[in-house]
Amino acid sequence: MTFLAVNLLLMLTWAAVSGSFTLHNLLLGLAVGALSLWLVREQFAAARHRVNLVKLLVLTAVFFKELSLSAIKVALLVIRPNMQLRPGIFAFPLTLTRDFEITLLANLITLTPGTLSVDVSDDRKTLYVHALDCHDPAAEKRAISTGFERRIREAFPL
Amino acid sequence: MTDDPDMLTAVAVSALLVIGSLFSVLAALGLLRFPDLYTRMHAASKAGTIGSGLLLLAAGIHAMDIAILLRALAGFAFFVLTAPLSAHLLAKAAHQAGYRLTNLSVTDQLPQPQPKSRPH
Repeated sequence: MTFLAVNLLLMLTWAAVSGSFTLHNLLLGLAVGALSLWLVREQFAAARHRVNLVKLLVLTAVFFKELSLSAIKVALLVIRPNMQLRPGIFAFPLTLTRDFEITLLANLITLTPGTLSVDVSDDRKTLYVHALDCHDPAAEKRAISTGFERRIREAFPL
Repeated sequence: MTDDPDMLTAVAVSALLVIGSLFSVLAALGLLRFPDLYTRMHAASKAGTIGSGLLLLAAGIHAMDIAILLRALAGFAFFVLTAPLSAHLLAKAAHQAGYRLTNLSVTDQLPQPQPKSRPH
């Protein structure tokens, strides 16, 4: 069932990217989507998550807001004559456990103001984050754990 | 007033073009001005993504064709998916290679990798 839904989504993406919604192209998209899913069938079978759609939409909206703010912040910083940077790398203790959640959090962190994920420890308990303004790592950590980390946990309940 | 919608699109497209170009040029300036690779990645990943996203959106709206607009949006989606990956990989690779943070840095809690002795 999920397989079919994802395959249909891939078909629509294919049609959008190739710019033609004719029957032939949709069938081709369906075939390409099925082939791609077949390639990742093992990971796909293992990855069955419950999703809270409303929370996921909220997460997406918050993300795009943060992305815009982030770009504006970096742009303003770049044109300032004296940049006054205090960069650094801090360790963020992860409470998320599943790989896709950590990946999602790392990507969201990279696209939000002043922070960039650098590495995850081998035991997946710590995320190393580079910040442009690292004079108060505790505040940054709090912002991530009450912001994106909480929202991801709500969007993908265990 | 038959050309009002055209005018509106033209204004929207121009605004998107100007703002998008501004972000792109500031991202490039950031690459030039920031002191080390890690801070440069901030400029490239954030301002670069927004800049190219706005430019793609402008192209999509200007074409007045839903297929082209969808393709532009797909391009933006792929940009959002891939930009953080490349920034993350470059930063990780640089840190593993022992590339140090700029002197301005206040902290580095990521342990340095042990230098491996390589046979000559």
